[in-house]
Amino acid sequence: MSTYAITRAGESRSFPLPHAFTDKADAQGAARVYIGTDAGKAFRAAGELGACPFVAIELGTECLGVHTGEAAGHEGSNVVGFARFRLGRADPSNLIELVRQPATRDGTLQAARAAFEAAGLKVAVCADFPGRIVDRLIRPYLNAALRRLDEKLASAEDMDKTLCLGLGYPEGPISLLERTGLAEHHDVTLALYRALGQEPYAPARRAQVAKARQAP
Amino acid sequence: MSEIKTIGVAGAGTMGAGIAIVCARAGYRTRVFDLQQDALDRARAQTEGFLRKSVERGKLPAEKLPEIMAQWQGTTNLEDFADCDFVIEAVFESLPVKHALYAELDKVCAPHTIFASNTSTISITEIAGGSGRPDRFVGMHFCLPAQLMKLVEMSPGLATTQDCFATAWSVCEKLGQKPVRTQDTPGFVLNYFLIPFNNDAIRLVEQGVAEPADIDLAIKTAMGYAMGPLELLDLVGMDTQKLLCEAMHGVTHEPRAACPPLVKRMIAARWLGKKTGRGFHRYADSKMFGA
Repeated sequence: MSTYAITRAGESRSFPLPHAFTDKADAQGAARVYIGTDAGKAFRAAGELGACPFVAIELGTECLGVHTGEAAGHEGSNVVGFARFRLGRADPSNLIELVRQPATRDGTLQAARAAFEAAGLKVAVCADFPGRIVDRLIRPYLNAALRRLDEKLASAEDMDKTLCLGLGYPEGPISLLERTGLAEHHDVTLALYRALGQEPYAPARRAQVAKARQAP
Repeated sequence: MSEIKTIGVAGAGTMGAGIAIVCARAGYRTRVFDLQQDALDRARAQTEGFLRKSVERGKLPAEKLPEIMAQWQGTTNLEDFADCDFVIEAVFESLPVKHALYAELDKVCAPHTIFASNTSTISITEIAGGSGRPDRFVGMHFCLPAQLMKLVEMSPGLATTQDCFATAWSVCEKLGQKPVRTQDTPGFVLNYFLIPFNNDAIRLVEQGVAEPADIDLAIKTAMGYAMGPLELLDLVGMDTQKLLCEAMHGVTHEPRAACPPLVKRMIAARWLGKKTGRGFHRYADSKMFGA
């Protein structure tokens, strides 16, 4: 497995606290991992990294191509993006979404995957699209739940109960949003709405209200 | 309202077979109707396999298995439903198909017999309108797999009497299920959310965002769901998903409810899901879920 060095550039949503993945880092490691809100900026400032087995950049809601550039669908190198999924104020999950481009090298993906899995994380590979997998799927569902609550389809409790009992979900959408933050949901779904231009991602009224109440 | 002793289940597909297990397991004489004898044979074999597994897992006393199987009586003749006090329909999500079935049932069944539909997308009031007895008609939407999932979405139609709804609610509880009252709106609660969510997952595959295994892994790991959306779709079946989409999109016109083209191509290729051994994933057998 490739050894890796970590460069921290701002606060990391993926690794806000020490974790096996950060503990295993080696300053002399062959691969490079950039974490934090300015991870992409740090990568761009780093210069030539073509000899690394992999270079991994922590992503927010932006695409990997913002940092690597794109080339008419032929882009791809030894650079991957990643994010450890985290819903609002909740702790980070055990999921790493590993972002590839069309021509990302197979060896790069394998090396990056092995590094995350060695730290006990589960890795799902996805292409470089806004929202990756989980945000792309759950934000319309969460917005729909908020809208249907306003439309009185059912009470919040009955809606949550129905989805938990019927689908085996550990938590219903309203309870989940109340726990992890409506304003935080607003920020992510607004970013996806702007990127994708699709109405189901537009922040639901309750999320807009929560965001407005955060303003100073 | 007279006591409910015999329940008829119309349709021996995945849902009908699961509902029939629930009814027979709760001690009701259970008649199962399907036009196809092989569908009945398959449902009976799956039922026996499921119950045997339940015995092996210590969830069912061994002596109960033959008792339950004795309660389970398949038929291809709808007239055998003449002694049913309660009929649960679980056939294709097609209003004309359901109306044709209920028209026959109305002739065969006694006036006191309550009709219930397991529809997940079609208006209860609309189905009841073609049943000949809209006052004794309820929506009773079980979840897949019915023999394991406790939730039942119970919906009255506009003309459903309070007495009928109360009786159906009581039957549901006696079946060991957990009823939740919902409005008679498209998809009720569950499918209103689930059909578009699953379609969104299919569109991620269509658009090359990720492979099915990665999508399922991501959702299960991030959200703690027991099944990924594409695993669930394989269980539901692409043919059923298409019907669900058509029924819901036909009423709501919501773009996310429209059937993704990939589903139609998978149906053409007979990649229907677990029941044909291949859907978004590959399967070595077509045993009933939980068996």
